Amino acid sequence: MTKPLIEVKNLTKNFESIEVLKGINEKIYPGEVVSILGPSGSGKSTLLRCLNLLEVPTSGQVIFEGVDITDKKINLAKHRQKIGMVFQHFNVFPHLTVLENITITPILEKKVSKKDAEEKAMNLLKMIGLEEKAHEYPRKLSGGQKQRLAIVRALAMEPDVMLFDEPTSALDPEMVKDVLDVIKKLADDGMTCVIVTHEMGFAKQVSDRIIFMDEGIIQEQGTPEEVFDHSQNPRTIEFLSKVLY
Amino acid sequence: MEFITEILEVGWKYRDLFIEGTLGTLELAFITVLLGTLLGTLVSILKMSKFKPVSLIASGYIGVIRGTPMLVQLYIFYLFVPEMSAAIKALDLPVYFYITLSLVINSSAYIAEIIRSGIQAVDSGQSEAAKSLGMSNTNVMVRIIMPQAIKNILPALGNEFIMMIKETSLASTFYINELMKTRIILQSTYFLTWQPLFVIAIIYYVLTSLLSKGVSLLERRLAVSD
Ligand SMILES: Nc1ncnc2c1ncn2[C@@H]1O[C@H](COP(=O)(O)OP(=O)(O)OP(=O)(O)O)[C@@H](O)[C@H]1O
Ligand SMILES: [Mg+2]
Repeated sequence: MTKPLIEVKNLTKNFESIEVLKGINEKIYPGEVVSILGPSGSGKSTLLRCLNLLEVPTSGQVIFEGVDITDKKINLAKHRQKIGMVFQHFNVFPHLTVLENITITPILEKKVSKKDAEEKAMNLLKMIGLEEKAHEYPRKLSGGQKQRLAIVRALAMEPDVMLFDEPTSALDPEMVKDVLDVIKKLADDGMTCVIVTHEMGFAKQVSDRIIFMDEGIIQEQGTPEEVFDHSQNPRTIEFLSKVLY
Repeated sequence: MEFITEILEVGWKYRDLFIEGTLGTLELAFITVLLGTLLGTLVSILKMSKFKPVSLIASGYIGVIRGTPMLVQLYIFYLFVPEMSAAIKALDLPVYFYITLSLVINSSAYIAEIIRSGIQAVDSGQSEAAKSLGMSNTNVMVRIIMPQAIKNILPALGNEFIMMIKETSLASTFYINELMKTRIILQSTYFLTWQPLFVIAIIYYVLTSLLSKGVSLLERRLAVSD
């Protein structure tokens, strides 16, 4: 049996006195595409952000490639290089050109030569059809273009897993598909993906596994068919009845 | 309308004195903000420290300085600090030194807050994205946060300089060479009581409004790149 890429053990997270995650146990295997669904405030983003320690868990462990990254003694930045993350609001760097957005971290942290980093960045930009914008600043890009840039910026670090937190929620409807296409391509190419999304159709189509969260716990999980079409869980059924039109 | 001509006449007649005073004011304000920025940067770093005692000391420093009048601080640096110990007394430093030091310390507290709020105004998503890529904390600060924070900090520093142009007038109390001291000279030498005041007010006003224009221009220039 293959070893999990990420293993979450007894994870809890409190914000002040509010318990947002109430004991999560979960394993993500290499090559898996897992979508996390659930109502607003159920803790999806918090769970995702705990996977790369952007939120520090209150208790429990996150084991990434065999290393407990909640351990304060490890070099967290090194491990984060292997965990790409894409945010709802893109968070591209406005003071850097499109190309520099992609190359800055490989050059600074992986000591890749500028030439190699730029060559690779240009290939990534070609993949998302933005090579012409390489020397522009992100303010010239549309939301969809910014998000695709954010995706390839993460890919430039050659991560072993990509985390997506509602990557299309801040986009105009006509730009959603371009971004989802890029994610789909990644998933098809075997990238391990954990996706928090409200795009039910996309989740159903792209995922190997669906996790349904509510009130800080994983209520149910299974294949897309199991969760979308044959759920027995009343909370899942209620949630789906609200979001599926 | 006679008094207007009188003011203009005094202004023209003693222009060399007014120019000297204006240069003194600009020099004092410039040195203050320059050194205040160096000290203020240090204080802001201490204030943002995760080590609580350090951060508390920095907060205390900022709080006390911003919470007491500048004139009181100037008097303390004029009367008390030079006499604080035999060693300091032996140095026999000029009044200009102690007054400048007091201004720098005063300014550093305001500048520390300018820098801190400039940094905190950068969207937290920026550092999260940089960290998620695996950037070291130093690089996150130096390569991602600071270049963006500078856009908030520079105009505010410009405003601090404008404030200091006005505030340094208090230094005339200690016969420091700046614009307000011109009034003292003209009163004691030529018995001109009110005319120099208006000339000085006009000069301050022209200086500060020109510089304010400059700051708004800078602000607009920096904003376009967002
Ligand atoms: N930094 C924070 N400080 C305090 N409370 C927080 C913080 N971040 C999240 N929370 C709270 O934790 C709960 C879970 O938030 P989370 O963002 O994980 O939900 P979510 O499932 O991602 O919701 P959404 O679908 O709206 O994004 C919410 O009640 C939220 O208000
Ligand atoms: Mg969320």
